[in-house]
Amino acid sequence: MSVLLIAEHNNKELRPFTLNAATAASQIDKDVHAVIIGHECGEAAKALSELELIKKVIQVEAPHYENFVAENFAPVIVKLSENYSHIISSANTFGKNLMPRIAAALDTSQISDITKVVSNDTFLRPIYAGNAFATVKSKDNKKCVTIRPTSFDPCESSGGSAPIEKAEAGEEFVQTKFIKREEIKSDRPELGTARVVVSGGRGMQSGDNFKLITSLADKLNAAIGASRAAVDAGYISNDHQVGQTGKVVVPDLYIAVGISGAIQHLAGMKESKVIVAINKDGEAPIFSVADYGLEADLFEALPQFLEELNKLNTIQK
Amino acid sequence: MKILVAVKRVIDYNVQIRVKEDNTGVVTDNVKMSTNPPDDNAIEEAVKIKEAGKATEVIAVSIGEEKAQETVRKALAVGADRGILVKTEGILEPLAVSKLLQKIVEKEKPDLVFMGKQAIDDDCNQTGQMLSALLNWPQATFASKIEIKDKSLEVTREIDEGLETIEINVPAIVTCDLRLNEPRYASLPNIMKAKKKPIEQINASDLGVDTTPRIEQTKVEEPPKRKAGIKVSSVAELVQKLKNEAKVI
Repeated sequence: MSVLLIAEHNNKELRPFTLNAATAASQIDKDVHAVIIGHECGEAAKALSELELIKKVIQVEAPHYENFVAENFAPVIVKLSENYSHIISSANTFGKNLMPRIAAALDTSQISDITKVVSNDTFLRPIYAGNAFATVKSKDNKKCVTIRPTSFDPCESSGGSAPIEKAEAGEEFVQTKFIKREEIKSDRPELGTARVVVSGGRGMQSGDNFKLITSLADKLNAAIGASRAAVDAGYISNDHQVGQTGKVVVPDLYIAVGISGAIQHLAGMKESKVIVAINKDGEAPIFSVADYGLEADLFEALPQFLEELNKLNTIQK
Repeated sequence: MKILVAVKRVIDYNVQIRVKEDNTGVVTDNVKMSTNPPDDNAIEEAVKIKEAGKATEVIAVSIGEEKAQETVRKALAVGADRGILVKTEGILEPLAVSKLLQKIVEKEKPDLVFMGKQAIDDDCNQTGQMLSALLNWPQATFASKIEIKDKSLEVTREIDEGLETIEINVPAIVTCDLRLNEPRYASLPNIMKAKKKPIEQINASDLGVDTTPRIEQTKVEEPPKRKAGIKVSSVAELVQKLKNEAKVI
């Protein structure tokens, strides 16, 4: 039976992790169909139909789907699920909010945040903040699975030409009302997909000092991350948090500045290809995962870092 | 308004997790156990709402073995009025937990159910959403701010893109983020007082819910180890290594 992928989008464009989820879905079964639920989301549906791995797109539109309220989305997917063996989405805040509502309605035990498809009923997933990995086998007929986006490569965004079918909208769930979304717009690469991430922690001491992180990130065309301590202290907004309860990142280069390295933070970044730690406490646990550790006062080291980068002829983008 | 708060007993967040040698799970013997951290935020918020005169009763419920009573007792010590322990053995999946909670909700008829957004042991992030689906109630997940209105709540949610605000009518489920509040410590007099607060014990098997696991955990392994890194002595050396050795800048 085919696999149903739930597309994530903003009504105009696909959100990038849809491409990673498509790859994971195709590893379960080649016959991947994708459902897109939204309001006036034709452009995003078209982009979805062009993904190389998608064989069919189901588009469901209504004004009450404009803001992705899970209570409105879940019944649509439950209704479509009859023809599918698996329902797949990303394990980001979109999928985490939505998938359990679908799974409960289908009386299925959901498998969250998988990092590997072992077979069509067996998956690998991190537990205890990534301090252990469990191989789990689902005995349910229908499987609801969320995937860790950074563990699967994005699929090609072109080359496909799937037919787009329209399906009927469901009723509105009136007990939940969307009020507003405050998105922090930035020209920087997205934290989840950036090649380089520069993160600051409690050691930054103030929101103002994050300017040092910003300058370095500008130079390296990097996204900006933060530890929970820095977000809790109000130095930077929550969408920058890396860790067990924030975002998981796997950049080529992760630079941790003034971050001690609590296991909850390591859970979000320790799969990065190259890790740099700058911390004045030589005993800080962050050094245990760092490829290159620099024991130094960050307020001296960061300006020097910029100077050294300025001396280079080229910097990879 | 009556608030039911679900609390889970988990390995303390500071404990270094060790995988059992036979790969059947992680070591839990003689390991410090605590309340799941965001569940502490859920209790704190419920107690604050009661202190503000907007709730009449806060009930703490935990599902697990006999020892989960300690977790309920801790919730009582920071201000919950009474407790419920649903006794079970073995692994419970979030689907089973949400079905048991549904039975407790039907019995207690709370206006709000609070719990942490995720348990730090299995990291599933499912129970609140599943419970709200079973009850067909509205859900506000990952809450970092809650404002109580007459018959509704305005909740600010932490999402990947930033913040989202929704209004949900009561009855409703809220799953709490760590930034929702600063959980208080229990004072000694309150710990003593909590010993006199009632905890009702219910056997899960009496609730008529099939809790048989649907997922078989075939193996638990250590994560791959990173190879040891080096310390560099200067920023210049660091940049040179990143450029010429790691080739990432």
